[in-house]
Amino acid sequence: MKYDVIIGCEVHVQLSTKSKAFCTCRNVFGGEPNSRVCPVCLGLPGSLPVPNKEHIRSAIKAGRALGCSIAPLTKFDRKNYMYPDLPKAYQISQYDMPICNNGMLTVFTQEGTRDIRILRIHMEEDTGKNIHADDGSHESYVDYNRSGTPLLEIVSEPDMRSPAEAAAFVMSIHEIMQYLEISDCNMEEGSLRCDANINLWVYEEEKKYATPIVEIKNMNSFKAIQAALEYEVQRQADEWQNHRLTREAAGKSTRGWNEASGKTILQRTKEEEADYRYFPEPDLKPLSISADLIQSIEKTIGELPKEKRERFMHQLGLSETDTIVLTTEKAFADYFEQILTHYPNPKKTANWLLGEVKKYLNAGNISISDFRTTPAHIAELLLLQESGKISGKMAKDVFIKMAATGKAAQEIVSAEGLSQISDRGELEKIVIEVIAANPGSADDYRNGKLQAIKFLMGQVMKASKGKANPQEAEKLLSEKLSS
Amino acid sequence: MSEITRYSLTEIKTLLEKKSLTSEEIVSAYQTAYENDNNADIPLNGYIEFFKDARTRASAEDIKRKNNTHGRLSGLPIAVKDNILITGKKATCGSKILEGFSAPYTATVIRRLEKEGAVFLGRTNMDEFAMGSSCEYSQYGPTRNPVNREYVPGGSSGGSAAVVGAFQAPAALGSDTGGSVRLPASFCGLYGLKPGYGTLSRYGLVAYGSSLDQIGIVAHNPADIALLLSVCAGIDSKDSTSRDFSYSDMFPLTPGNLKGLKVALPVQLNGEGNSDSVRKTAAGFIDWLKQQGADVSEISIPNLSYTVAIYYIIAPAEASSNLARYDGIEYGLRNDNGNLLDMYINTRSEGFGSEVKRRIFIGNYVLSSGYYDAYYKKAQAVRSLLTHEFDNIFTDYDIVLSPTSPTPPFKLGEKLDDPVTMYLQDICTIYANLVGIPAISIPAGMSNDNLPIGMQLAGRQGNENLLLSIAQSWKNRGGAA
Ligand SMILES: [Zn+2]
Repeated sequence: MKYDVIIGCEVHVQLSTKSKAFCTCRNVFGGEPNSRVCPVCLGLPGSLPVPNKEHIRSAIKAGRALGCSIAPLTKFDRKNYMYPDLPKAYQISQYDMPICNNGMLTVFTQEGTRDIRILRIHMEEDTGKNIHADDGSHESYVDYNRSGTPLLEIVSEPDMRSPAEAAAFVMSIHEIMQYLEISDCNMEEGSLRCDANINLWVYEEEKKYATPIVEIKNMNSFKAIQAALEYEVQRQADEWQNHRLTREAAGKSTRGWNEASGKTILQRTKEEEADYRYFPEPDLKPLSISADLIQSIEKTIGELPKEKRERFMHQLGLSETDTIVLTTEKAFADYFEQILTHYPNPKKTANWLLGEVKKYLNAGNISISDFRTTPAHIAELLLLQESGKISGKMAKDVFIKMAATGKAAQEIVSAEGLSQISDRGELEKIVIEVIAANPGSADDYRNGKLQAIKFLMGQVMKASKGKANPQEAEKLLSEKLSS
Repeated sequence: MSEITRYSLTEIKTLLEKKSLTSEEIVSAYQTAYENDNNADIPLNGYIEFFKDARTRASAEDIKRKNNTHGRLSGLPIAVKDNILITGKKATCGSKILEGFSAPYTATVIRRLEKEGAVFLGRTNMDEFAMGSSCEYSQYGPTRNPVNREYVPGGSSGGSAAVVGAFQAPAALGSDTGGSVRLPASFCGLYGLKPGYGTLSRYGLVAYGSSLDQIGIVAHNPADIALLLSVCAGIDSKDSTSRDFSYSDMFPLTPGNLKGLKVALPVQLNGEGNSDSVRKTAAGFIDWLKQQGADVSEISIPNLSYTVAIYYIIAPAEASSNLARYDGIEYGLRNDNGNLLDMYINTRSEGFGSEVKRRIFIGNYVLSSGYYDAYYKKAQAVRSLLTHEFDNIFTDYDIVLSPTSPTPPFKLGEKLDDPVTMYLQDICTIYANLVGIPAISIPAGMSNDNLPIGMQLAGRQGNENLLLSIAQSWKNRGGAA
């Protein structure tokens, strides 16, 4: 069976604006249920929405970063449907005049690169959350804290040709949104959510058949996106072979991804699709967006992941693997670059960050933004090591103490008397004493048993309580033994 | 009936300033008037609730006045339509579905009045969710016309006009989506202003047709309306459709000089469709205008013939969406036998009256896919044309004149079974809401049956002052009425 996979994505991005989309409630995650609500986001009778400038600016920023044109005139519409988590029984969204149109995002997979067209980006508000009691009471509750959270919905054209490309597309959107610093992009907290439309083009005897389009919902991680779509490709291929249903005959249905069973489950058929009765939101005036506003927002976009990667590889000479790990999270890349301003050695810095620092952060599940040690402190540590004041091993120990206390490297080194003995005079004294105290080994060395120097080195380290600079000490030992 | 209740709002203001009366005395007089009437054979039924704390509030204002810490409206009593929110007070919109709903916040207009010391007397009756022209579609029974209790007071702000007409309040707030302040004012022989769209914040006014709704004021004279408007109007950060416009110099109101005033008389609203007594009253009013030096010309605005049709697409469309939130989940009535869908169906079937249901059906129908272009979109297109036409008219004319209603008040029950005839009651008033301009109803005469007849003046956006000053000249005219 020969077929192409056709996938389009709708990505919902929760924005990290100060206040909610249409009221002044604080926009943060979670909280005591119904503690961050007001008449507007509760949809109380008589309340009215007021647009949030930051919501509009974020939409323009995202749109320009994804190569969209910004509509000079845009408006909000009401999407009508009843559900307990939707307090007004309509969602303020944008229907036929979205703020951003016609963008493009290039994604990279093992299969190569592909340009994915962005159809539109529009602004809307999030719903509350239904909570079903698990105490057997069959009671349901609604928490409206999330109600009115500003969202962007990014809609692609059906340009992806594999589940891997779809996952790469969403990952790339995720990365760009956090580079723009307009969203927390925390998939676990639902601040980035993706639905996908998928069907197959089956080729049989010179003819092309389209299978019914299925919208897949409830994919809560990049892994889930790939797994759900892979499952769905197989399911649709099987269905084609068994029933030969075409898109024209069956229309669109909605299925939900069930992580536990590893299957997609039918939620709605075409007949059950709601008629949202969109119409222009009469409580909000249409918005005119000036070229000046767009320009001023463009100036705040900064370097995007793709540009940063090229610079890291070509200007800083980092490997592709290191570059990718360093740049996936903008805050991590920023941290890296801040170290370089004090200690301009990209490769050594990268090794340290990707080695010791990453190990520490991963072990404690700490995000770089919560990390107590500053980039300047890491730079100081690396300089201490490079100048020979401390050994590589000492540096690792000092780092653990820095990370635990937030103290500077020099402070720990001084306080614990950790600095390495590199002073020639001081080392010479120790070396001479060790040779004098171990004449047998010294003779062995002189007689050609060169490995005897290892024993003598051990004695030097012991005599110096481990502080002797090993390279310097060994050099001095062989000098003294040969003289 | 106590003489005190006969004073107008501005007269009360003067009496309070001269310390000839206390606010407490005044509010008590209104409360007594209300209570006595409520015990009568055929009560007016203008109030759904007369506030028990009104007198205490009045006393508090009297103390403030003594201490010289009072506001511009200190101790002035006002009645409020039951769809405008006051924290802690019930707000039912005359509907069973909002039974027991207490407002958890205060409307901007109320907040501004409160800040200046106004005392709210009570919640006035209304057609359910402001849908109606007779004040008969209320969960709390019909309100009667204070001039003749066999007749309707007009709707939907019938309670507001009735309590002012019956001297149970000196002035009242209503809301006007298609004529709901002007028609009752006309039927009860009062002045009723619908300000231009955005002049008064809609925050805290329970929405019916959001692009048409506007809070309005009913009173015995134009100066009273000017006083309240000067306090309430102006931009509100909570309503992004509100307008930045200063009304602070509006009070005291000076009677207008009508010399050279250009008045347009659209033939579509001034013809055979109007009853004889209405036409006679109109002719008298036009004569007066001419005597004052106004220049009155007949014009034709063909799209005025479509306003009722357009209105009964746009208003129900917006209403179907605005009223979808009454689902029994968060507040108001809940009938939760069965699953979620059952709860929606039971709650809404039980909670809404038949006229509200009718408009929800119409609204959902005209917005549904497949019908949207034919109805809602076309209606909005005609509305744009009409708005454009009025822009042009107002380059040549200052005022557009017509009767407020094609007929004098009708009897209770007379039009209840015929929704379309009821809808046509608003044929003269709807255009001001569609276009968003201010309009006032002026008591201009009486019918053969001794029932009030009103004339309507509409003006440019921002020209409430002109409408009120012309009305004041009429009020001050020598001789009759
Ligand atoms: Zn809120």
